[in-house]
Amino acid sequence: MEWLFSLAPDFMVDFWNWLPQWIQVLAENLLYIVLIMVPLMLCVAYVTYAERKIIGYMQVRLGPNRVGPKGWLQPIADAIKLMFKEVIVPTNSNKFLFLFAPILTLGPALAAWAVIPFFEGVQLSNLNAGLLYILALTSMGVYGVIIAGWASNSKYAILGALRSAAQVVAYEIAMGFALVGVLMASGSLNLGDIIARQEGGFMSWFWLPLLPLLAVYFISGVAETNRAPFDVAEGESEIVAGFHVDYSGMAFAVFFLAEYANIILIAALTSLMFFGGWMSPFGSMADHALLGDGTHWFILKTMFFIYMFLWFRATFPRYRYDQIMRLGWKVFIPVTIVWLVVEAVMVVMQVGPWAVDTAASVAGA
Amino acid sequence: MTFFEVVFYAFSTLMVVAALGVVSARNPVHSVLFLVLTFFASSAIWLLLEAEFLAITLVLVYVGAVMVLFLFVVMMLDINVTRMREGLMRYAPFGIAIAILLIVQMVMVVGPEHFGLQAFPVPESHAADYSNTKELGRVLYTDYVYAFELASVILLVAIVAAITLTMRRRPNTRYQKPSAQMKVLKEDRLRIIKMKSETIEPENKQ
Repeated sequence: MEWLFSLAPDFMVDFWNWLPQWIQVLAENLLYIVLIMVPLMLCVAYVTYAERKIIGYMQVRLGPNRVGPKGWLQPIADAIKLMFKEVIVPTNSNKFLFLFAPILTLGPALAAWAVIPFFEGVQLSNLNAGLLYILALTSMGVYGVIIAGWASNSKYAILGALRSAAQVVAYEIAMGFALVGVLMASGSLNLGDIIARQEGGFMSWFWLPLLPLLAVYFISGVAETNRAPFDVAEGESEIVAGFHVDYSGMAFAVFFLAEYANIILIAALTSLMFFGGWMSPFGSMADHALLGDGTHWFILKTMFFIYMFLWFRATFPRYRYDQIMRLGWKVFIPVTIVWLVVEAVMVVMQVGPWAVDTAASVAGA
Repeated sequence: MTFFEVVFYAFSTLMVVAALGVVSARNPVHSVLFLVLTFFASSAIWLLLEAEFLAITLVLVYVGAVMVLFLFVVMMLDINVTRMREGLMRYAPFGIAIAILLIVQMVMVVGPEHFGLQAFPVPESHAADYSNTKELGRVLYTDYVYAFELASVILLVAIVAAITLTMRRRPNTRYQKPSAQMKVLKEDRLRIIKMKSETIEPENKQ
């Protein structure tokens, strides 16, 4: 904030100092929230564009190319169109819950960004239990889907909601276990500490010792966001559009935004937990301006994982529902449990890059 | 009133209102959602006590998993609300009497003279690097390890019991075996034969 004061004229500084302290705190935090949210919402808009463009090229099409140069204004045009469309509330639906559900889906996906560290010390809230906070919030997203399905008073919507609820609850367990592995490796629930533990370049990030957990986490993340190939909650061929079949206009758009916000969140979390967040892959050049540590690495890694989401969608056919359940309960959860045991043995036997540090920190606690 | 108190009273009011909503809402789905709101408010109050692990776990376990399954079940139930309300006036005196009895008991046990602000001073706040999670884990796995392990074994027994009670194998049902489905090779399903291409004679065309 100090550099802002140096820029502002005197009367504004005086005005600021005159304000009660709680308003200052509130205003400062609101400013930071806006600083995170505005780029995030822009990213969400342009991930939709990227998705259509990338999948277009993968399928030897051009994708959107009419609005603006090379179609760059397409997301803006979509947003304006959706804003001006009528939001139709079905008769016999529960009006309050019907309109509340999209907000409930988007809210947790955005609130989770409060603890994401963009660079050393650059985060809205340096929470000690940051990892738990993220787990709690990602588990909240399913409410929006269930309530949307129920409040729509439609068979297709409730079928989609039920599928989604069962799927998310199943994959959340695997996801939680995968994050327990990260927790064991880093010895901390604080996201800043988790990144700090991965210091030392590409080979010392957690992806290598926790490779099975990385696979489980990322695939569960795809399932949690209800993305292809796990998008049975929408399942166009069987249940039209699943839980949001009765939504139109901006209410539908909020669901859409929530899906992409969740994609960005999962991608960002994967790069934080397993790929060192803002750490540079070249450990020896940590102080270099471009090749050294920096937020640009975090953004690059996140973009790579977002690309993986789009890539999956263009590549894989949709899973059958019983196969999804089998994968979640009978494959992923055993894999994570086995690897947690392996990891525990590695920590006790002092094998692996983290072992010595973690043992010391546990002993010192 | 300090900011701390404002937050406390805001969330306490929310919690009481939501708890009343749980028992008074006409629609059972609304009741479940009110219960979720109650959990949220109580977790916020725990956060005020610097018990961040318990607060977040409350949201993670109860809101994120248990209540989702509750909602799942309640949504599937076909509840006839009018029939359930038929005896309301007839049973109301009993209900009120029992409620008053419970309130009297609770005030006697946890009344203001035992649990007032005077009896419990504000707990000392900890340093910023104090980790509630680490402290809880240390206590659970050292001082109370036997009780903790015992509780987990009881839970495991409960899980096994629930599964054995609900699982029944019906002999005539056909199950898919995904592992067998995945092991299928092209040779098992597909036979490639060589044959002359067949042509339809022009006069057969209709």
